[in-house]
Amino acid sequence: MAKGTTRMSTAPLRAESVTLAYDARVVAEGLSVDIPEGGFTAIVGPNACGKSTLLRALVRMLKPRAGSVLLDGVEISSLPTKQVARRLGLLPQSSIAPDGITVVDLVARGRHPYQRLLRQWSREDERAVEEAMAATHIQELAPRLVDELSGGQRQRVWIAMALAQETPLLLLDEPITFLDIAHQVEIMDLCAKLHREGRTLVAVLHDLNHACRYATHLIAMRDGAVVAEGPPAEIVSAELVERVFGLKCLVVACPASGAPMVVPA
Amino acid sequence: MSAGVLSVRVLRVGESVSLRVRRRPVVVGFVLVAVALGLSVYSLGTGEFSIPPGTVVSALLGGSDPASAFIVRDLRLPRVLCAIFVGVALGLSGAVFQSLTRNPLGSPDIVGFPQGASVGALIVITMLSGSGLAVSLGAMCGGALTALAVYLLSFKRGGTSGYRLILIGIAISFLLVSVTDFLLARARIEDAQEATRWLLGSLNGRNWDDVRPLAISLLVFLPLAIPAGRALRALELGDDAAHALGLRVERSRLALIALAVGLVSVTTVAVGPIGFIALTAPQIARRITGTAGLPLVCSALMGAVLVLAADLAAQRLVPDRALPVGVMSGLFGGLYLAWLLSTEWRKGRRG
Repeated sequence: MAKGTTRMSTAPLRAESVTLAYDARVVAEGLSVDIPEGGFTAIVGPNACGKSTLLRALVRMLKPRAGSVLLDGVEISSLPTKQVARRLGLLPQSSIAPDGITVVDLVARGRHPYQRLLRQWSREDERAVEEAMAATHIQELAPRLVDELSGGQRQRVWIAMALAQETPLLLLDEPITFLDIAHQVEIMDLCAKLHREGRTLVAVLHDLNHACRYATHLIAMRDGAVVAEGPPAEIVSAELVERVFGLKCLVVACPASGAPMVVPA
Repeated sequence: MSAGVLSVRVLRVGESVSLRVRRRPVVVGFVLVAVALGLSVYSLGTGEFSIPPGTVVSALLGGSDPASAFIVRDLRLPRVLCAIFVGVALGLSGAVFQSLTRNPLGSPDIVGFPQGASVGALIVITMLSGSGLAVSLGAMCGGALTALAVYLLSFKRGGTSGYRLILIGIAISFLLVSVTDFLLARARIEDAQEATRWLLGSLNGRNWDDVRPLAISLLVFLPLAIPAGRALRALELGDDAAHALGLRVERSRLALIALAVGLVSVTTVAVGPIGFIALTAPQIARRITGTAGLPLVCSALMGAVLVLAADLAAQRLVPDRALPVGVMSGLFGGLYLAWLLSTEWRKGRRG
């Protein structure tokens, strides 16, 4: 597959032939990906294919053993971590809401990279938190305790916290894995809206059909390597699904959106 | 002052200074200070020789008869100050430890610090026949080495998890308790007696020479609580979220552990191990203030109140026989721990 490593890239975030490993276990070797500017990129692949590991490397939580991750063309590990936190937001797979925290207080924690000892709550902070709560439709939940919310509401609160960080790039690690189908669609719709508003989104997704329907750019991985990448309508085929997931299937047009839809054969 | 979207007041000075002020923790803080002052005055005025509260206050301010001034300022005040400082240090240390491990059991008591300090002190007392400063140094080394060992053993794949820290701490504590027993069993009877007195943790017979190093250490450590609080607010959300917010997770965690261990070491050197204050003060403070996460300042103040109260009880409950404060705090703390385990963990939360 052509990976465009030779052309000049405008990708705000890219991995250049990175080797990713935990201790002795090498997950990926010589892996290169470009995250297209302004796109909604979905990273898909079977369990343990290295997609979450790739995401961890992209947000500088895992240091590549070789190769480099570039944020706006600069080696990410050389940048001050607070500066990175103003460019790149992350919705982790699991976060912990402190006991007894209210929705608005949790969203406000997203302002951490902008706050200092004597500057704990600027008008900027206030505006960003209000906007983040409006974008995720959680204003009415503001005074509620996070513990009392449903799974879908809670996920919106965490997304709001990431939005309050006001980063042009937002990475989401399996944002819908533990939600029921209605909440999955709700969160994916929200992601699509955030993308339309101009953010560059990257999500690790388990559900290939969600990925096809919402993403503008798909990165399909298997065994730590990229098998295919490109717009879902161009690359998703029965052959690709079998190559990536080892699943025999039909690819039909989704009756609702027209996007490719995978139906197990 | 303005109240916006946040449920707190914001104090602004121009655009560059804005401070968040929560009402309830501030009120609770002032109440705790008042309670601590009340307990102090009571403690200073009672004992073998009673002095009315008014005289205590004027003795403190420097205007009373020489006898009262001597009793209050030279005999009783060092003990009270020791109790306050030790309480502040333990409360703060406990709050940092528990936030860090995200677990109400994650206090220095549970993860082996005092046990390590005890072994250090016992080695000095029973094997090297040391006393005084040597014992303190032994305790500090023992505690610090234990903390280091627990941290290193729980370090895995670029990070430590709160759970692992606690479980390994518990295992190491048990190990150290048997070492303590072994050392006591093979010690000469006089050494064993001296060691037992140290092991119980006591404020008996404290003088100004004990207060000074405590005060100086706190002057160094307390300002560090401000950046610590900021880091903890991010770390509370989980390592990944803290990372995303721009915190250097492992570096911050190491610094916070160093702060917490430093605070406990200081108290151990001054008065020996006083159990359970670090465990209970932060949780009680959180319940009263109703904050998310543990309030550092109120935990410290609560620690002071608890140590003052435990010491008063230890001195007065059994007539003619001043118990070591460690006995009292252990009694309170043990009951609290039983309650905590049976109610909190029954909810089946992540713990």
